[in-house]
Amino acid sequence: MKLKQAKACVLRVGGTNCDLEIKAVLTELGINTDVLHMNQAIKRGLSEYQMLVFPGGFSYGDYVRAGAIWGKEVVTRLGKDLERFIDEEKLVLGICNGFQVLVETGALPGDGASASGIPTAVLANNNSAKYECRWVRLKVESKKTPFTSALNKDQVIAVPVGHGEGRLVLQSEGMLEDLISERRVVFRYALEDGSPAGGKYPENPNGAIFDIAGICNKKGNVMGMMPHPERAFYGWQLPSWGGEPPEFGDGKAIFEGAIAYIKKM
Amino acid sequence: MRKALIKKASDSPEVYTINLRGADDEDLMQISGEMGLALSLAEMKALKKRFAKAPTDVELQTFGQTWSEHCIHKTFRGDVVTERGVVSNLLKSYIAKATNELNKPWCFSVFEDNAGLVEFDKCTVAAAKVETHNHPSAVEPFGGAATGVGGVIRDILGVWGEPIAVSDVLCFGPLDAKQEELPPGVKHPKYIYKGVVAGVGSYGNNMGLPTVSGAVIFDRQYTGNVIVYCGAFGVLPKEKYIKDTREGDLAVLAGGKTGRDGIHGVTFASADLSEEAESLRSAVQIPNPLVEERLRRATLRIRDGRLATGVTDLGGGGVSCATGEMAYRSGLGLTVDIGKMHLKEPDLAPWEIWVSESQERMLYSVPEEKFGSVSEILEEEEIEHCVLGRFDKSGRLRVEMGKKVVCDLDLETLYSPPKITRKAKEEVYHPKRVELEEPKDLEGEVLSLLSEPNLRSRESVIRTYDHEVRAATAIKPLQGPEGGPNDAAVLKPLSDSWMGLVISCGLNPFLPDAYWMAAASIEEAVRNNVAVGGRRVAILDNFVWGNPEKEDRMGSLLRACEACYDFSKALDVPFISGKDSLYNESPLGPVRPTLLITGIGIIPDVRKAVTTELKGEGNPVYVIGMTKDELGGSAYYRSKGLDGGEVPKANGPMAKAVMNALTTSMDMGIVRSCHDVSEGGIGLAAAEMAISSPRRGIKMDLKRIPSQTKRSDSIIFSESTGRFLVEADAGRTEEFDKIFYGLPGAKIGEVVDGSRLAFMDMGGKEYSIDSKRLRLAWRGY
Repeated sequence: MKLKQAKACVLRVGGTNCDLEIKAVLTELGINTDVLHMNQAIKRGLSEYQMLVFPGGFSYGDYVRAGAIWGKEVVTRLGKDLERFIDEEKLVLGICNGFQVLVETGALPGDGASASGIPTAVLANNNSAKYECRWVRLKVESKKTPFTSALNKDQVIAVPVGHGEGRLVLQSEGMLEDLISERRVVFRYALEDGSPAGGKYPENPNGAIFDIAGICNKKGNVMGMMPHPERAFYGWQLPSWGGEPPEFGDGKAIFEGAIAYIKKM
Repeated sequence: MRKALIKKASDSPEVYTINLRGADDEDLMQISGEMGLALSLAEMKALKKRFAKAPTDVELQTFGQTWSEHCIHKTFRGDVVTERGVVSNLLKSYIAKATNELNKPWCFSVFEDNAGLVEFDKCTVAAAKVETHNHPSAVEPFGGAATGVGGVIRDILGVWGEPIAVSDVLCFGPLDAKQEELPPGVKHPKYIYKGVVAGVGSYGNNMGLPTVSGAVIFDRQYTGNVIVYCGAFGVLPKEKYIKDTREGDLAVLAGGKTGRDGIHGVTFASADLSEEAESLRSAVQIPNPLVEERLRRATLRIRDGRLATGVTDLGGGGVSCATGEMAYRSGLGLTVDIGKMHLKEPDLAPWEIWVSESQERMLYSVPEEKFGSVSEILEEEEIEHCVLGRFDKSGRLRVEMGKKVVCDLDLETLYSPPKITRKAKEEVYHPKRVELEEPKDLEGEVLSLLSEPNLRSRESVIRTYDHEVRAATAIKPLQGPEGGPNDAAVLKPLSDSWMGLVISCGLNPFLPDAYWMAAASIEEAVRNNVAVGGRRVAILDNFVWGNPEKEDRMGSLLRACEACYDFSKALDVPFISGKDSLYNESPLGPVRPTLLITGIGIIPDVRKAVTTELKGEGNPVYVIGMTKDELGGSAYYRSKGLDGGEVPKANGPMAKAVMNALTTSMDMGIVRSCHDVSEGGIGLAAAEMAISSPRRGIKMDLKRIPSQTKRSDSIIFSESTGRFLVEADAGRTEEFDKIFYGLPGAKIGEVVDGSRLAFMDMGGKEYSIDSKRLRLAWRGY
């Protein structure tokens, strides 16, 4: 479809705070983007959108567990819409708190029904027991999802993280094997030479299993990641530049991949 | 207080009257004490005179709040008697005076509203405010610090600003203090440190605001008196700054429920911290950033819809101060029905509801026909609200509860407190000669200074604060992959403009002379701003002092204010906002007098901002500014336990000339990297540049540093003000030299391959310290 006709929706609730940054980068790439409060989204439904973003923040204060309350709200109040959205192979992206929410809904890792409401993984407290704001290197592990279609396999990109609960923990060991064999591990925290961080802090900032920074569902249309690509969209956002900064940062390619997919829808 | 003086005026609501006319001096002080008014005898006597009939407890509490040091800054507005005569109104005589005389057309609103406002670009203004939250943080570190951040963010909302960043400057006692040496009522610095750091981070992170600037200082004189400075910065379209409350407008209260938390916060902040402070835990508010996040959305939507004629945040004094101030500023009056307010618990006495400082509340004045739209927005954002009353022309502040009038005051009387007089004894620092043998090993000195608690990396704190959220932080508090320090933060607030907002701070509490301490703090805040490319700097002052009723405290405060005037003028930087926190006294004595200066500048293009990271081998390294034998209060002397030595004396006109030249050379693209020279002198500044640079280092020759001293250690660790280390483009040194013609400065070395700090001392001895060792000392890994 023509990009002009396509629309993206960025959801928010009380405590969400990265919605406007996401809207800014999607708009920059030419896709019409609405920021909708959950209450509005429930009224309007999601059918007019091709892409849905759960942005970062502290939804509902992240009380109980990061993303848990919004996750339950999504399942109970928007569950049907979301399932249909996912089953129609439209794009769903969760960043940071949004990733936590998608895991809490069961949409990720996404082994069962699209949004079962029963989490099979969790983003637990960082091993450092602290909030971590830092730039990390990510190795592109899989091109199964449209979100990495504009990147190369094994490419190393730089993006920042900012979270206190980002350590991916899976319900069972078998799940990790499945994720790996089905190429659903999308990003892994990496060392300077591009090899996986091997749990080394701070390259792996939270202690996530298998250095996982992002995963996708079986079809690849739902992706969640802890780092913030929207904060590495422009060159001037990078932590270090010699002389004039480049025009863009590595995060842009992730959104470009999504746009390319929408154009083909 | 004597029972005969109190009379129950009403059962429901429960209101008492207090017979002031029948009270003698002793009674008056008992009333002030037991009701928590924190008013002096003179003030109580003034009230006795003004009230013909017995006032209600609600009315007396209103005076207690409004006349508190916290709310009206009576010390700064009073008379000061000194040996050389009387100084009237420190604020008008020094701080605002400088601003008035500088008369900058780009100052949009100064000392008037909740925050200072300066033009950012043609259509946008920038808002800045810095507050302290010391007393609450001493009692309940997490809640005290978090609500400090929450409060200052609301100050930005209170001028219709969109908050874009926060800052924090924290001063603690040494973390290794011995528990058994702490008097009762003083909490261990480590406990306070952990709570405060977590509290600041929790609120900023939850609100989605980057914490971009700050400092952490440790000293014994902060053990009993922690300092928590919280700053917030915002932007707003000029035409959306609407403050035009009219007769007939509704007073709409929105946000969190009102409860018993934060009762008497302002009067608590206007008295010394005593052993009993623990019992005042209820004076500390409870933070809930989730509510404030929604309140921010709603406030900005109301602003964008032009649905309100005025806005203010609820801070000190709660509803009593917010409604009174809004009515008084607009030349109006107001009747408030506190029975409509949403409460956290039943059975709050009217005066408690009236003065409670429960958090996350805003007050709007709304024309009646727009109330429906305002209400709709508040409901969509899930915020409780109520109409408190309607503005009228009465000039009175009336409070009702259940149809009963519990307070009825003339606003003019309320806002005309008696002028107070303080006495000041000024002391000038006379330096002792310092006997110190010149160390044989400068390498050891550099490494040990790098690991000093006051100089080492703040990474362990900074990383727990999100400084990237909002995706608008161009220059970050930690530079590059190695996380070296930057001098100031640069934000890009607007999506369609390259213009950046530059935020810096300066404080030098260790300098042993109040005047030169203040001078250096101002100069440093500006210097840090200019070091990254900032210009057209405006400054904010935050005084944290001891009890002003004591002559020596007042004397140093007076001298600091004098420096504020002198250096604001000399550096051409107007004050736009300020706040003082006095009565920082504990059983361990007064706080170290501490003046924080926050600078906000602009940079035309964030892509031209300069960092501390070295950019190219072979580029010459210059030191700009004169190095003098000024080590009094320096990190070097302190590390050796020495007091004495000359205090650094800032030279305003010279600093201004140097900064102008630096800005010119930056705009011409000659400057590749830059770092201001402050604590630890040239040695530490050069080491930090090497630390920032993964692959490059600095090689320099101390003999080439323009200086008035000959000792290697004095030259490398002197803390003379007004200096920068600059890496210039190798091909453009002639232009650079020309710009700096006639100013003190010299090429002292160059950027070399391999991250290290190499230098030759005055005796010709050569040193080379690998950055791995510098980093290990500085950040611990």
